[in-house]
Amino acid sequence: MRQTIFQYAITAISKWLLVLAVIFAACTRTNIHNQATGLTSAVEAKYSSHSSTIADTTHWPPTFGFGKLATTQELATLDIDIRPDGQGLPAGSGTVTAGKAIYASKCAACHGKTGVEGPNNRLVETAAERTENYKTKEKTIGNYWPYATTLFDYIRRAMPFNAPGSLTNDEVYALTAFLLHANNIIAPDAKINAQTLPQIIMPARQYFVTDDRKGGPEVR
Amino acid sequence: MNLPVDKNNTIKDKAEISFQQPFSRRKLLGGAATAAVVLVQTAIGKTVQAAIPEGAFIHDDPTKKPGPLPSLLGSRSQFEKPVRLPSDTSSRTPLQDLYSTLTPADLHYERHHAGVPTINPEAYELYIHGLVEKSMKFTLADLKRFPAFSRICFLECSGNYRSKADGKITPQGIAGLTSQSEWTGVMLSTLFREVGVKPKATWFLAEGSDAAVMTRSIPVAKGWHDAMIAYAQNGEAIRPEQGYPARLFLPGWEGNTSVKWLRRLELSDAPFMTREETSKYTEPIKDGKIRQFSFDMDARSIITFPAYPVQLEKGWIEIRGIAWSGRGKISKVEVSTDAGKTWQVARLQEPVLDKAHTYFRHLWQWNGNETEIMSRALDETGYRQPTMSQLLAARGESTGGYHLNPITTWLVKQDGQVLNKPDR
Repeated sequence: MRQTIFQYAITAISKWLLVLAVIFAACTRTNIHNQATGLTSAVEAKYSSHSSTIADTTHWPPTFGFGKLATTQELATLDIDIRPDGQGLPAGSGTVTAGKAIYASKCAACHGKTGVEGPNNRLVETAAERTENYKTKEKTIGNYWPYATTLFDYIRRAMPFNAPGSLTNDEVYALTAFLLHANNIIAPDAKINAQTLPQIIMPARQYFVTDDRKGGPEVR
Repeated sequence: MNLPVDKNNTIKDKAEISFQQPFSRRKLLGGAATAAVVLVQTAIGKTVQAAIPEGAFIHDDPTKKPGPLPSLLGSRSQFEKPVRLPSDTSSRTPLQDLYSTLTPADLHYERHHAGVPTINPEAYELYIHGLVEKSMKFTLADLKRFPAFSRICFLECSGNYRSKADGKITPQGIAGLTSQSEWTGVMLSTLFREVGVKPKATWFLAEGSDAAVMTRSIPVAKGWHDAMIAYAQNGEAIRPEQGYPARLFLPGWEGNTSVKWLRRLELSDAPFMTREETSKYTEPIKDGKIRQFSFDMDARSIITFPAYPVQLEKGWIEIRGIAWSGRGKISKVEVSTDAGKTWQVARLQEPVLDKAHTYFRHLWQWNGNETEIMSRALDETGYRQPTMSQLLAARGESTGGYHLNPITTWLVKQDGQVLNKPDR
């Protein structure tokens, strides 16, 4: 009987130690992954309290050894994203004039002669619309896109719709220049390249805020 | 015999033929016993052979003639015809045709930005790089070797709200961009562990290999918490429309973040500000602000019976529907049969799962008077599904179509007609 109680006590203590260890591990992990940076720290803070839902991995090997190392060459082909600070932008450049011609032949059929007419997504804000409150208007690059780098990234990866990935970097720079000028954001003689594009401050940038919904009784 | 057939060789006008089951060339090549072969004209003018399966003929007395023998592939009863409701950009789940919470995979809603790609599973690779100790690539076979994980979850597009001025809109039309599956795959935390995610990493980019090469930025904490790389849905390989051969799956988050046909994850110390998280999937709110990174799907419910176009008869009616929350479990569903004057607690079908469609039922005796019926969901955070006017009061009149989860009201007319009551 005494032995049984002793065994029980040992088992109970071991369990608590295990629980403490798990909590400690979870806290450590949370701290490691909660080094908030920049404008979006609110989002990171919001989700940092998450701990992993997977089972205890203490008996797992440090590595399973599945998969292969990716080569620099493979990654260079795939890694096409452009960041707001301009990281990822390739060499090359484009002008408004060059962009106008490419737009007419490859974009106008879907987005309209001046980026206003459609039938597909509206791209350009008219001069008349620029005088009103942005909320009353259709979403355009001029009144809704917060980063100019997104234009280059999106056009290069997904446009034109019927031939995505077919444009040269110079063509993408030129189209970016044309669309920024059509929205009255850059001058008609501006040249867009890896240095100038990230410096453009988009008019809508100031309106963007991070989601503040958090569950609970309040409707947001 | 010329039947109207679209380019997928599916008969469009079912009324012209004696049986009403669409058939395909696959059936001709497959195992179903063939009773007759007919020539059909496709929409592009091509004449093809199509088979009428023997089971398609209806016998007056099924006890007097043996039926078809065992076959390679099962199919729905020819009398059951649930279909998705497609538009140019999406197709919607027929919520009113489902009896419980699991969505048959072929009825799961679709939303994609440049069509459904065909990806050879033998050639598939998932790259993980950026702020990691080892940049790696995993084949589909590699992914399947890791410890696996399954869970039942809803997946909902954050643009899941429609209304119609005349009220003649089905649950599928209003909220058909939510579906539920059992997802199986490898936890992303397992892969993060394998590549050694650096402490500096706070976000990661998820990129698809569709023609839109669609991208979203996701906080790394979600990746450690409950993100999955899913390769199976309801026990079989994921359907092409759902991301075959592998997709990201983020429980409870807006569907767009669960990037399909996943080819690359890049760990970073900041979000990438892609098109889908800036000019799309953001919502104007009060004071001219635009809300961004609205990941969680707020709690919602909808009565799927009785609903348009059901013709109701007086007497006992079991009100049925689904409720779900991206923030946890549904704690309660309340139903009103008197236009919101009083509310009763509906019965929830067990088990009630985390971030999952939950089926509710409520018995009601309709006396034939005109009334309004509605449901509202409560989740374990204490959130109660709002009305549209509460949502607009919180966000402003000009908020767009994202993250709208208002109470759906059905107007029951004296003649038994059931119409959706428009919210605004």
